[in-house]
Amino acid sequence: MSGQITNILLVGVGGQGILLASEILSEAAMLAGFDVKKSEIHGMSQRGGSVVSHVRYGKEVFSPIVPEGEGDILFGFELMETCRSLPLIRPGGAVVANDLQISPPAVLMGQESYPEGLLERIKGSFPDFLLVDGQKLASDAGNVRASNTALLGAVSKRLAIAEELWMQALEKMVPTKALEVNKKAFLIGRGL
Amino acid sequence: MKEILSGNEAIARGAYEAGCRVACAYPGTPSTEILENTINYKEINSSWAPNEKVALEVAIGASFGGGRALCTMKHVGVNVAADPLFTLSYTGVRGGLVLVVADDPEMHSSQNEQDSRNYARFAKVPMLEPSDSQECKEFTRLAFQLSEEYDTPVMVRSCTRISHGKSIVELGERVSDLPEPRLERNPAKLVMLPGNARVRHPLVEQMLVKLSEAGSAMAINRLELRDKSIGIITSGVCYQYVREVMPNASTLKLGLVNPLPQNLIRDFAAQVDSVYVVEELDPFIEIQVKAMGIKVIGKEIISLCGELTPGRLRSAFGLSQATEVQAEKLPGRPPNMCPGCPHRGVFYALKQLKAYVTGDIGCYTLAFMPPLSAMDTCVCMGASIGMATGVTKVVSDQEKKKVVAVIGDSTFLHTGINGLMDMVYNNSPATVIILDNSITAMTGRQDNPASGFTLMDDPAHAINIPLLCQALGVKNIRTVNPLDLEETKRVIAEEMERPETSVVITNKPCVLIKREDVFQKGPLYAVDADRCTGCRACLNIGCPAIEWRPAGDGSRKGKARIDPLLCTGCDVCRQLCKFEAIGSGK
Repeated sequence: MSGQITNILLVGVGGQGILLASEILSEAAMLAGFDVKKSEIHGMSQRGGSVVSHVRYGKEVFSPIVPEGEGDILFGFELMETCRSLPLIRPGGAVVANDLQISPPAVLMGQESYPEGLLERIKGSFPDFLLVDGQKLASDAGNVRASNTALLGAVSKRLAIAEELWMQALEKMVPTKALEVNKKAFLIGRGL
Repeated sequence: MKEILSGNEAIARGAYEAGCRVACAYPGTPSTEILENTINYKEINSSWAPNEKVALEVAIGASFGGGRALCTMKHVGVNVAADPLFTLSYTGVRGGLVLVVADDPEMHSSQNEQDSRNYARFAKVPMLEPSDSQECKEFTRLAFQLSEEYDTPVMVRSCTRISHGKSIVELGERVSDLPEPRLERNPAKLVMLPGNARVRHPLVEQMLVKLSEAGSAMAINRLELRDKSIGIITSGVCYQYVREVMPNASTLKLGLVNPLPQNLIRDFAAQVDSVYVVEELDPFIEIQVKAMGIKVIGKEIISLCGELTPGRLRSAFGLSQATEVQAEKLPGRPPNMCPGCPHRGVFYALKQLKAYVTGDIGCYTLAFMPPLSAMDTCVCMGASIGMATGVTKVVSDQEKKKVVAVIGDSTFLHTGINGLMDMVYNNSPATVIILDNSITAMTGRQDNPASGFTLMDDPAHAINIPLLCQALGVKNIRTVNPLDLEETKRVIAEEMERPETSVVITNKPCVLIKREDVFQKGPLYAVDADRCTGCRACLNIGCPAIEWRPAGDGSRKGKARIDPLLCTGCDVCRQLCKFEAIGSGK
């Protein structure tokens, strides 16, 4: 971790539950006694565009965005978006990525192809790379829509925040109706 | 109690704690969520106004009635609200009045990146600038106090990174010792005729001098001496970047950015070897400090354009950068209209008709992008209609027929009505299409005067848009189902041909409206792979639910597929397929 601050970038496509995951992460970090800042762009990005959410915690956090090239963990919800954000991560940083491809408009229209060899490109630069099938983990937990919390579970193992605080954060941020399945998905991800 | 709040949530909380009674706004990124959070406090009467000018006037009325009032908008909203703002500084207030303006450096969701601090100086209104969520709450509270103490509206300037960033906030209690609002006449102060205004203007100038002097002792202006070789004057989110990148530099953090606390600035400059100003966009602080005769470095090293980041600040000061991984060359992922969006068919028709489309602000501005590529202009809210009139004044009779203004329901009610009034009054032959999807969609589904509900979710009168157009004098008003491509194209073509003003109104709701009985998914569609010839006609509407599947043999051949998770059953793609390969699965 760079100095006292832990820098996490959550990236993917609008509609994947990235904001909820970053809210749960921020809440858990606050419960653990850290100063926390979080930043992302709403608006245009919600119409299926790229989303990048920055979460930083530590003793005292200044900038709400992760300084370029200082990310400790890149938490990718989609492979191409994970690859796009690699320059934000420090050398030796970790990548936890969801094994999912979502085609952007030019690929849907047949004008470009979805890029190949992304896994190799990520692994080439960042040996500390964990590929997670978030959809499968969430299905195992009972609802494929909980893939964001399953992935968060996988990331959580790398962070110095106690399991019970993660549970408290989930209880606060996830609607009651979906809480049990999200807790289950989180723990399955955490067990990887 | 501590909570993690966004800047917008914290501003709403600050207004609540300050005893605010009325909050009024027109939605605009990145300011929208402030009013979506004031509704959580039942003590605040929160409402959407049709535009920012009305929103500010409602707040002014509440203030003159003796209650504390909040008005919020995005930076370009102040252009619309500027008329009341510039005279409000002369009248001053009764109940405290706070105008929050959220700037958008880098234009994440805006058409320009104007710097609202210039408005504060131009309109002679004090402005505070918070640098995190805690300050958003505290500064909003303080702004209400200063507003009453100095008898002036007070602006609070946020920006995208502050409004949409989250950080920890210590919550406080709502003040309870404010006087009850009641009518009180004071025409010498509140009727701005020349005779009264001439009396008021010098008072405004005196207020600014007094506040500048008091500002030097205010806790929100913070002199932090560290290494004295570099002293940096900064404010807002830029302060955070300075502390991140140059933790040892001395800083003067300004919470009050208009008027500047000049004595404190002189004091700071005298204690450090060299003075820098770190600010996004315009050299607002820099020019004033230079005018004070202090040598500073600012825009020589920091861009006038875009937002600052820790990396950009490092570059500006020639500090080393973290080693960079080469950026990947990857297909872009721009935003797109949703699957089933009722706007899509209209722009498909306009492209086929080779219309010259004067566009407007909303989700439909995305029709600018391929494959629809059917928007020729976009300037500001409501501009489409007046611009269409203007175009028809100069081009040939043949070209006049091509001119079509396209505007959404909320934007039409915002500032489009006047344009249509002019179009009828001055007999423009252009065609106006009102994309009525019953919501303000782009900013995240806010209600408006034609949607039938208020911000507080109470039922409301829904303006009848065809009747409104009729009252303005439009003779040719047609309503079409935009999901019926043949009908949409035929009606638009007929009205384009007509040598007088005509209005075409679409009647399908936004697919994102969650209220029951508004939008319903139809039976989903699928591609019959045996019938699909791979002609790609269905790809021309750019629906995210339709995917091209290459044959995989290296040729250009392939077939279309519809993603059942994304399809809403709008039926538009079926109408494009000449081979009847697309059908509903039922």
